[in-house]
Amino acid sequence: MLNLPILRWGQPYTSLEQDQVVHFLTGETLASVSQANTGLLARDIRKAQRARDSLTAIPIPEFITIMKRAADLYLNDALPMGDGEQTPDDFARQQSASTGLPEHMSKANMKKNHFVLTNMDRILEALTRGLDLGILTRGYGMESRGVMVSYQAQAPVLGLVLPSNSPGVHTLWLPVIPMQVGLVLKPGPQEPWTPYRMAAAFWKAGVPREAISIYPGGGDVGAEVVRRTNRSLIFGGTATVERYKGDPRVQVHGPGFSKILLGDDVVDHWDSYLDVMVESVFANSGRGCINCSGIWASRHTREIADALAERLGPVEPKPPQDPQASLAAFTVPGAARAIWRTIESGIREAGVEHSTASFGARLVEKERCGYIRPTVVHCDSAEPALANTEFMFPFVSVVRCPQEEMLKKIGPTLVCSVITGEAQFQRKLIDAPNIDRLNLGAIPTIKLDWLQPHEGNIVEFLYRPRAFQMSLEAVAV
Amino acid sequence: MNVSTTVDLSAKVRQAKEQLDAHVREIVQWHFNPDTGCPFWLEYASKLDWDPRREIHRFEDLRKFTPFQDEWLRGGPVRRWVPRGLTGRPVYVFETGGTTGAPKSRVAIEDFRIDYEMFSETLPDEYFPRGANWLMLGPSGPRRLRLAVEHLCQHRGGICFCVDLDPRWVIKEIKAGHMNEMERYKAHVIEQAITILGAGHQIRCLFTTPKLLEPLAEELEQRGSSIRASGITGIFAGGTEFTPQYTRFAIEELLGPGVYLTPTYGNTLMGLACSKPVTAADGYKIAYYAPQPRAVIEVVSFEDCDRVVNYGEIGRVRLTTLTRETFIPGFLERDEGEREPACERYFWDGISAVRPFRQLAAATVVGVY
Repeated sequence: MLNLPILRWGQPYTSLEQDQVVHFLTGETLASVSQANTGLLARDIRKAQRARDSLTAIPIPEFITIMKRAADLYLNDALPMGDGEQTPDDFARQQSASTGLPEHMSKANMKKNHFVLTNMDRILEALTRGLDLGILTRGYGMESRGVMVSYQAQAPVLGLVLPSNSPGVHTLWLPVIPMQVGLVLKPGPQEPWTPYRMAAAFWKAGVPREAISIYPGGGDVGAEVVRRTNRSLIFGGTATVERYKGDPRVQVHGPGFSKILLGDDVVDHWDSYLDVMVESVFANSGRGCINCSGIWASRHTREIADALAERLGPVEPKPPQDPQASLAAFTVPGAARAIWRTIESGIREAGVEHSTASFGARLVEKERCGYIRPTVVHCDSAEPALANTEFMFPFVSVVRCPQEEMLKKIGPTLVCSVITGEAQFQRKLIDAPNIDRLNLGAIPTIKLDWLQPHEGNIVEFLYRPRAFQMSLEAVAV
Repeated sequence: MNVSTTVDLSAKVRQAKEQLDAHVREIVQWHFNPDTGCPFWLEYASKLDWDPRREIHRFEDLRKFTPFQDEWLRGGPVRRWVPRGLTGRPVYVFETGGTTGAPKSRVAIEDFRIDYEMFSETLPDEYFPRGANWLMLGPSGPRRLRLAVEHLCQHRGGICFCVDLDPRWVIKEIKAGHMNEMERYKAHVIEQAITILGAGHQIRCLFTTPKLLEPLAEELEQRGSSIRASGITGIFAGGTEFTPQYTRFAIEELLGPGVYLTPTYGNTLMGLACSKPVTAADGYKIAYYAPQPRAVIEVVSFEDCDRVVNYGEIGRVRLTTLTRETFIPGFLERDEGEREPACERYFWDGISAVRPFRQLAAATVVGVY
């Protein structure tokens, strides 16, 4: 068992309150994690500027090299972890054991993080649209086109309230340190592993210790992170999204409600796109906000639902070590049952059919965890509650809806893959403000282009472009 | 602890229990005597098929009553709680809850004074000097705390300064998600406190809550001062947020040397439970002991509220109040904790690790205290 301390600007602090992270199958305690009280954060945040100062002392190009080094350390090396050490295999095993994700998916996520860190130069170039990165450090500078530009950091540190159930989200905050902004991390209770391992890799690679703090704790600590940092990125459900809506200091990553829309011009050939649909729903055990939770078409929807059920319905839970395991467990007691009850109640609504019903019970309860097998429902209109719902497992509603009504009825959609050749429909999709990431063509919703922003550009969130003029002979900085 | 100390403590525990049983008999006689009892309990007794005055001989016999429902305290007429034996005495009414709907009311005559005078004996004079002035930085209005802290201060020879603080408004703001407004209100309260502390009134002692102690210390530091530099040497505070970690943090980082912090646990119904001195050597463990025999804390099984759990086990808090003004048998509190054995200072059970009762915690809004 590991003991993970609070890290206050890199310095370990062992709390008198501990939370146990346990193996979801065996009940074995994997780690005892020090729990922060909000006052610790309130006091430490006074030193936030020191974090940024330590980072601006290192040129961004040097950070690009440090990130490549950190990438390899993270992926391949044994790293200090609390009072012990953690190998990459330990990491995958521990992350799987506490989050329910199959081990091979944990390893795949490690590779994603490695890719992002290794390609930080390309990612920053894309996110800043080719800005000379020295301008971020200096705060101003002349662009190659002869225009003075200025970018002002909006906060010395970025606060992050991280989730437990979706290890894939960590790629979002990896560019923050090379942009010379410090990190205040509040890990998810079941997933302390990535923040601690990434911090260990960063430090070993040359990131100043005082640039990173980690405060495990309850919901009050998460709220304090948001309150105390001028920029924060948080993950949560619809209620969290609503609570922080319109707050420019907070970027909320909530449910994605990602969808595939089939245009009237292609829907008669829906079976050509079945693989794209299955992959979008099923990849990474359906846990991501970019997994597809709705497939919308004007006709053939029952056939589509039946075909998806045929492919996904037979899938069964397997042990997390099994390389064929494709379903993640719900490790919070009672969570799987509660989710399944919500679905059962939705299925009883008029116009909803459970397409996977004939493939056996969906809810599988074990001693300390639960699974829900892939579930497909058919909705004969956009009205039932299940027509626009997202769950943390492979769940999809196939919704019958006339094409001309789709954009009005799909609601906020993080990723929308639309298969259509109709120019007019494409134009409307490009203009639709409720669609965040638009894929035109048979592109799985889960396919990311790392050089494009995800749910808002992190550079624009952390740096404000502003007017800047100089009439001095020379400026001191 | 050597053998003779153990024997000594056992004897004191036995003696305390005998005192408690005698006190129970006296209080039950008082509350169920038609000449001295209050209308509520006399009417209650009239519907029983047993006579409390005949059948209650010891503390455990109080289990014959069904658990006290605090809902009985909502609404009037409030006089039904005033014992006939105290007719003619000036009566206070203190409220608890009330963010929505009728608050729960408890009448009081002298109880709050007696409770706080007893508590006063536990305060070290070195840090709570006799004659020193106090600041009451906590809920005001119809709350017992407001007058009780003022009385504590006066009892010790000082004069108590107060601020206005309406916790019902704070809870409304939190429930509505108006966190900015809540923060503004908190800042307004802290501003008043800092103004009083800086006005030359020689304030040495403070009552406050964990939720207010932090921003007070923070704001003082922003202004180049500190709790200690503002003159405070003794802080009496209360609330379930008083975890060992919070207390350690407060002592190590908010207060520093020279400031004494004493956590307490209590409410309008029970009174005030004091803690054993909290020390780093003891892992900042906080164990509370009720002012027995006037009030008793039991830690009972979640499943069977008549079964006291074993020492070190977790259970729900059950309070019993036994004064001539108030009789509250077996009230199941909205908190849980670990049962603690008697100690050198208190010869009866205590409770540690107090926190909101798990089945109610999700619905509990903790405002400013």
